[in-house]
Amino acid sequence: MDPNELTLAEARDALKAKRISARELTQAHLDAMAKARALNAFVRETPDLALKMADEADRKLASGEARPLEGIPLGIKDLFCTEGVTTTAGSKILETFVPPYESAVSANLWRDGAVMLGKLNLDEFAMGSSNETSAYGNVVSPWRRRGSDAQLVPGGSSGGSAAAVAARLCLGATATDTGGSIRQPAAFTGTVGIKPTYGRCSRWGTVAFASSLDQAGPIARTVRDCAILLGSMAGPDARDTTCVDLPVPDFEAAVSRGVKGLTIGIPKEYRVDGMPAEIQKLWDDGAAWLKEAGATIREISLPHTSSALPAYYIVAPAEASSNLARYDGVRYGLRVPGKDIAGMYENTRAAGFGREVKRRIMIGTYVLSAGYYDAYYVRAQKIRTLIKRDFEQAYAAGVDAILTPATPSAAFGIGEKASADPVEMYLNDVFTVTVNMAGLPGIAVPAGIDGQGLPLGLQLIGRPFDEETLFAVAQVIEDSAGRTKLPEPWWA
Amino acid sequence: MNAPVDPKKLIKGGLHDWEVVVGMEVHAQVSSRAKLFSGASTEFGAEPNDHVSLVDAAMPGMLPVINQECIAQAVRTGLGLKARINRRSVFDRKNYFYPDLPQGYQISQYKDPIVGEGEVLVDMLDGTSITVGIERLHLEQDAGKSLHDQDPTKSFVDLNRSGVALMEIVSRPDLRSSEEAKAYVTKLRTILRYLGTCDGDMEKGSLRADVNVSVRRPGEPLGTRCEIKNVNSIRFIGQAIETEARRQIAILEDGGSIDQETRLFDPGKGETRSMRSKEEAHDYRYFPDPDLLPLEFDQAYVDALAAGLPELPDAKKARFVKDYGLSPYDAGVLVAERASADYYEAVAKGRDGKAAANWVINELFGRLNKEGLSIESTPVSADQLGAIVDLIGEGVISGKIAKDLFEIVWTEGGDPRALVESRGMKQVTDTGAIEAAIDQIIAANPDKVAQAKEKPTLLGWFVGQTMKATGGKANPAAVNALLKDKLGIA
Amino acid sequence: MSVDEKTVRRIAHLARIAVTDDEVGPLQGELNAILAFVEQLGAVDVSGVEPMTSVTPMAMKKREDVVTEGGRAAEMVANAPETEDNYFLVPKVVE
Ligand SMILES: [Mg+2]
Ligand SMILES: [Zn+2]
Repeated sequence: MDPNELTLAEARDALKAKRISARELTQAHLDAMAKARALNAFVRETPDLALKMADEADRKLASGEARPLEGIPLGIKDLFCTEGVTTTAGSKILETFVPPYESAVSANLWRDGAVMLGKLNLDEFAMGSSNETSAYGNVVSPWRRRGSDAQLVPGGSSGGSAAAVAARLCLGATATDTGGSIRQPAAFTGTVGIKPTYGRCSRWGTVAFASSLDQAGPIARTVRDCAILLGSMAGPDARDTTCVDLPVPDFEAAVSRGVKGLTIGIPKEYRVDGMPAEIQKLWDDGAAWLKEAGATIREISLPHTSSALPAYYIVAPAEASSNLARYDGVRYGLRVPGKDIAGMYENTRAAGFGREVKRRIMIGTYVLSAGYYDAYYVRAQKIRTLIKRDFEQAYAAGVDAILTPATPSAAFGIGEKASADPVEMYLNDVFTVTVNMAGLPGIAVPAGIDGQGLPLGLQLIGRPFDEETLFAVAQVIEDSAGRTKLPEPWWA
Repeated sequence: MNAPVDPKKLIKGGLHDWEVVVGMEVHAQVSSRAKLFSGASTEFGAEPNDHVSLVDAAMPGMLPVINQECIAQAVRTGLGLKARINRRSVFDRKNYFYPDLPQGYQISQYKDPIVGEGEVLVDMLDGTSITVGIERLHLEQDAGKSLHDQDPTKSFVDLNRSGVALMEIVSRPDLRSSEEAKAYVTKLRTILRYLGTCDGDMEKGSLRADVNVSVRRPGEPLGTRCEIKNVNSIRFIGQAIETEARRQIAILEDGGSIDQETRLFDPGKGETRSMRSKEEAHDYRYFPDPDLLPLEFDQAYVDALAAGLPELPDAKKARFVKDYGLSPYDAGVLVAERASADYYEAVAKGRDGKAAANWVINELFGRLNKEGLSIESTPVSADQLGAIVDLIGEGVISGKIAKDLFEIVWTEGGDPRALVESRGMKQVTDTGAIEAAIDQIIAANPDKVAQAKEKPTLLGWFVGQTMKATGGKANPAAVNALLKDKLGIA
Repeated sequence: MSVDEKTVRRIAHLARIAVTDDEVGPLQGELNAILAFVEQLGAVDVSGVEPMTSVTPMAMKKREDVVTEGGRAAEMVANAPETEDNYFLVPKVVE
């Protein structure tokens, strides 16, 4: 048994059956992590803490008090504040920040017995789709094009999470998704990632990017593993006003429900101009698999789809410009002196934020400024209402879930999209961002390999708080497509 | 359009008469144990950064959760201001950078405040009254405090106040003099203290006012206003308005124009000075706080709060006039503080309301004022004062003796009735004893007796002597009657 | 709509981000590319549509008026670049 090739569910069962100890499992992952530094997936390794947690897990396992995730080694995106462990959000401005508190989501995982291996790299403040905006260097995807050793991006912003999971450095990882930051990197790396319904996971203790869009979720190697992880991460939290007081369903049980009797919508507006034939075929395959498994496939219309991305690039930067105002060099993080207090602020923020973050703060500042607020921000929020209404109408007409491609292309090379036009990079999120704008759950599941040997994913969009259906449908795709064979560790 | 201008309120300039127009934004600290969006204490005077939660320090990933008591306090205040309660309101972010504003924004309410239009009735000293329109009341966070005198190059930031709930109460520009402005804030403070929604302690900064001042020639449209920030005493509010109005008048009479700006009142120098020029004007980029849902409640919630409100000063005053036969002025004095009104009612209960009012206002308040004491720390209880009033009413002591008795109770305490007995302060009505005293005086002053026949006003002198001789205890009516008889004055 | 150099500098100042003269031009280009991209929203009919205020319709959670936090001054300032006696220190602010 190779501990690194186990799925999370398999590892859990092996731990319970005492076929492996938590310390062995953790050590195997710490070793893999140490050998994979070329990927730059982790910005901080916490081996001592990991082994301490593993030993505690072994004690619980021995005394028969094992909790749901007892002894499962995980990576934590460095956007989740971890008590006593430096948390940077991928930014230089937080290089020295040691939170005196633990994020709600990570605390839930530790409550359930999981083990922290370290903190995962990400785009700075989760702003990016390729993990190239991190102040701590880009993450290298474990994937390569067939016959090429060109470095590829793992997607972003949860690039470290996706790369670490695909490279078997951890059994699962926390991630966050504001416009596609869980689903796009999952699709790029042949892993599964779910962004739950807005409000399913508490945002308390997770560094904010855009408050009305941010949601935490897991990235793991199988649909079942994601279901298990989300079951622990989710849950009510009195400290987050936007977190719902709904009980967490048994997501793992939903995985095997099947799709018989379900109606799956295929939104015609997602058939965008210039969509690669391979993506179209993947989408058709997905629909065929679901039909074969007993679902009804129905074409639907989501007329405001094309407005989602531009509206997102008003709402998200606006909220970010305000959320990131607290990084001022006064209470934590970087400080660069200036001629007076305003100079200190300006120098600190100029040196502490990277180019993409500054760009978004400035766009956000502009669209909220006097004279532009109504034309930009209010209009974008109205369009959000329309986007949400599109989905509501589809669901009211009997659609249970919506099937779309996860990304418009497979992973691209590092530096390939470094053009002067930031919009080119933004288009990566064209299929995922509608889901955040409407607050819906969305899952990305691997569905095939393209001509260059790179993974491609499909996305399923669900009704609010109906992640269960997404897990059921995603499992059918995973079964039909066959588990993606992950790349051999060329990096080790 | 405009009500006729009262010439008494006009300010004389060098060239013309000017009318000052004032509107106010009063920041009142909500009485609550915890802050508006965190569980840190609001208590005054803690060690630096001790009453600070992770939320107040704007640590990354921290989220606000609203304190329900602060909502209730704002609604109570709205009801007390006879204002419209908005059952749906929205919290917005007001974005600006300042070291005592840790989030980089203040959570406030901009477009949709919790309370809409209301009004405050303000009585003026001359017996007139004005109605001041309230535009809105909204909830917002207070900022921290920076100390600038600790170090030549550094400011010290303490976030203990950061996040404390404030009610910003915005009036219409309905005030026409510094007197009116002072009376308005005084009345507002009274209402808040009655409601228990703000302690009104201006020394601790629980109540501060931003004062908007403009001047115009009577009948003309509103002039350009300047906002004088954070004036923290009622006296300073008056001074700031006078000073600012004169500054503006001087500029206008000089042919200049007023720049709309934010100014600061310096009580030491007696001047206002510019804080922020127009170029530096803030662009606050308000937008709804995405961390907070809209605040919604139903009418039943409002009704329940309304049912729990105390009797407010206007109603109390009207009742005092009607039930106790007081003058509106006296009633107004008594209801200015809820504790004073309660004290008065305890004294007046079952007694003559007017007599009780006299004793409370003239003796008690006078004495408290002199000693710098509040009604809460009065050494003379309502029961004790009531007993003194009773003793006068029963004819046991004279008004003069009563003052001595009050003094004894004030300094030594004790039961007034027992004190009158033990110290022999009882009024002498026994005509025999009085007669004896009078006879002695008449015998000792034959010349005065002779004069008194022609000059009856000398009677007063004899009364004084008799009272002196009897230690003030003689019944004045009896003394008068006996003297007239013995001196042969008609 | 598009921004000129002056506007770029004004926004940068509002956002308290120092920009060098060399940065203004490229920033202007990038911001204008984004603004050109979002321009298409002008064509969407939004008449009679309410702007979204919360994705999930629910009642706002509230806290009781109870003091549950505080007494952690040293921890509050532990990450600060400059402190003294549990105060945060900043360059002198003149009013
Ligand atoms: Mg104001
Ligand atoms: Zn205010």
